[in-house]
Amino acid sequence: MSAPANWDETRAETIIAAKQHLEGALLPILHELQHVFGYIDPQAVTLIARALNLSRAEVHGVVSFYHDFKKTRPLGGIVKFCRAEACQARGAQEVGEAFEKRSGAKIDGGYHAGVSVETAYCLGNCALGPNALHDGEIHAGLDAEGLEALCRHAGGLS
Amino acid sequence: MSLRLYVPGDAAALSLGADSLARALIKEAEQRGLDIEIVRNGSHGIFWLEPLVEVETPQGRVGYGPIKPADAPGLIAAILADGAHPKRLGAVAEIDWMKRQQRLTFARIGVIDPLSLEAYRASDGLKGLQKALTLSPAEVVEQVRLSGLRGRGGAGFPTGIKWKTVHDAQADRKYVICNADEGDSGTFADRMIFEGDPFMLIEGMAIAAYAVGATKGFIYLRSEYPHAAKAMARALEITEQAGWIGDNSFGPGKNFHLELRIGAGAYICGEETSLIESLEGKRALVRAKPPIPALVGLFGKPTLVNNVLSFAAVPYILAEGGQAYADFGMGRSRGTLPVQLGGNILRGGLIELAFGISIREIIEGFGGGTASGRPIRAVQIGGPLGAYLAEKDLDIPMDYEALAANKAMLGHGGIVVFDDSVDMAKMARFAFRFGADESCGKCTPCRIGAQRGFETMDRIVSGQNVARNIALVRDLCEVMIEGSLCAHGGLIPSPVLSALDRFPEDFAPAAANKTAAE
Repeated sequence: MSAPANWDETRAETIIAAKQHLEGALLPILHELQHVFGYIDPQAVTLIARALNLSRAEVHGVVSFYHDFKKTRPLGGIVKFCRAEACQARGAQEVGEAFEKRSGAKIDGGYHAGVSVETAYCLGNCALGPNALHDGEIHAGLDAEGLEALCRHAGGLS
Repeated sequence: MSLRLYVPGDAAALSLGADSLARALIKEAEQRGLDIEIVRNGSHGIFWLEPLVEVETPQGRVGYGPIKPADAPGLIAAILADGAHPKRLGAVAEIDWMKRQQRLTFARIGVIDPLSLEAYRASDGLKGLQKALTLSPAEVVEQVRLSGLRGRGGAGFPTGIKWKTVHDAQADRKYVICNADEGDSGTFADRMIFEGDPFMLIEGMAIAAYAVGATKGFIYLRSEYPHAAKAMARALEITEQAGWIGDNSFGPGKNFHLELRIGAGAYICGEETSLIESLEGKRALVRAKPPIPALVGLFGKPTLVNNVLSFAAVPYILAEGGQAYADFGMGRSRGTLPVQLGGNILRGGLIELAFGISIREIIEGFGGGTASGRPIRAVQIGGPLGAYLAEKDLDIPMDYEALAANKAMLGHGGIVVFDDSVDMAKMARFAFRFGADESCGKCTPCRIGAQRGFETMDRIVSGQNVARNIALVRDLCEVMIEGSLCAHGGLIPSPVLSALDRFPEDFAPAAANKTAAE
C-alpha cells in the first residue's frame, strides 16, 4: 500500500467537486478523501460543508459517527482483528490476549511499532478464524505468533 | 498440451493462500512448457477443502483439495500422469457434502467465472429478467408473492407484500436498495454472492426495479468486504456495457441506474431506516416507523429495501415460477435457506437446503462436530443478536416459526458453534458490549441500556452481588425489548436472556467466583 498523500486543500477540493453531484454525496466524498489522505482533515469539513450546503456541525457529526473515518493522520499500518462471536468460538480472545503479552502492543490502543491493531466485528470468513484484515487481504487461522508476524509485516510496509 | 484449472478467487480461499497457489501453478506449468489457463471461480463454500483446485478433463471437472502453494508441482505432475493424488476429491458435485444440498441461489457459485457474462448466460443467467420483462410489473410482484419468499432480517417479513406496497405507491421517483450491510458474525453468504455470482444480484435488483417501478437502485455494501466491493464494481461496469442497466434498460424510455455504495463500519446500517439515512449522507440514526420505507423511504420516496439473499433468490423465482420455489420448504417457510456454518466447526461452509432440516443434522451431519474435538455446548443462530441454544435444543428444525417458538430467530441463517470451553456469562457480557458499541444512540433504552447492561454483567462475571445483579439485568432487558426504537435495542437482550435461561450454571456465584479468582 502506498503511503497516504499529504493534506492538500486544492486536491481535496477537486475530489469534492468530482463527487458532489451524487445523490447523498457525503459518504462517497469522505471515503475518497480518506483513501487519498488516510484520514479526514478538519479543514476538509469546512470545504465539504460549503460544497454540499451543510453546516460544519452536520459534516463533523457524520465523520464522527462512523467507525471507519479517522480524524488524525495514520502513523503506520492498520490491522483489523476480528473479535466477533465466530472468531471468539475459535479462540480470538485468547489469541488477542497472548498477542498483547508477546508484542507489548495493545489492541485498540493506538500505534505500536508502526502498526495499529483495531477490533473488527466480522470479516465474513467465519469458518476459518481467527481472522484479520490488512491492506485489503484477509489472513485466516491466526494464532498469537501469526498475528504478530502480520503486524511486523504491516508495520514494516509503512 | 493445454490445461484449464479453476482456483477460487473468493476471499475465504484467498485467506488460505489461493493467490500464491495460482502463481505457483502458473510457474510450474511454464517450466514444463505447458499452456495453462486459470479461471478464478467463486468458492463452492466447502471451506475446509479450500483452496480447492479443479481441473477440466474430458470426463468433467475433477477437484483436489486442500492444496497448498507448495503442492503445486506435485499436483501438476499428478494431472499430467493419471490424475491420482492423495487430495483428489473427484467431481465436486458428487462430494457427499454437496450432493445432500439443494442449491438454487448458489447453483452457479463456485462453478462459473463470476465476471463472465457468457458463462452466466450459459448457466441459466438472465432468464429471470427476460421472463420478467414479458410480464406486467404486477404479474412479477405476484410471482414473488406466490414463491413465499421471506426477508432474511429478524422479522421474516413476506417479500411479495413489501414489493406490492412499493408497486402500489404513487410517486414521481422510486428506489430499490440492496441491504448488503449484513454484519452478523457467522454470515458470509452475501460476501460469497458478491464474489461468486454478482450478476445474479444485479439481475434480481433489476427485476425488482421493473416490478415496483423504480428508476434508481443502490447497493449498500459493508466496508469489511473489500473483495466483494471490487467484484461488484466490475460486474456493474460489465452489465452497464451489456445494457441491462442504464438508460432504456427495460425498453424505450425505461431507465434503471444502479450504484454501489460502501458503508463505513457501522453495524446499525443493517437496519433499513438507518441504512437509508446513511445513503442520504447522514449519521445512521434509525427512523421511527411509521412511515414505512416502502412509502416514505430514501429522500422521502417509496423505497424497496431487501437483503442480498432476497434479491438473489428472485431470478430463479421468475425463471422457474413462484410455485417452483415454494415447492421447497415446510409450513410457512418456503424455498431454500443458505445456511452458513461457522465458529468452532470441523467442516464449515455454505449449505443451501430447503427449510426444515434440524440444526443437529447441519452441525453434526454436515459439520462433523467441533473443530477442537470437544463436545458442543452452545450454538448461536442469526448473528450477534440471535439467541444461544444449548446442545439439547439442536433437534429444532431450521424454520422461522419453529425457532421463534423457542425464542430464537433465523435471521440471516448463520450458525456459530461453541465447544464446552465457552463461558456463557462472558458471551452475555460481550453481547451488551457489542450492542453498546454499535447502538446508533437515538433511543435511550438501547443507548444507555446496552452500556449499563455491560457494566452490570461485568459485575456478575466478577462475582459481585450476583443474584441481585441478574435480577437487574433481566429487568433492564425487559425495558430494552419493550422500549427500543428498532430491532437493535430490542434484540440485544436475546443472546443475554437465552444465555441466562439455558446456561444458568455459568452465572452462579460459584462460577463467577472461580472466574474472578483466575
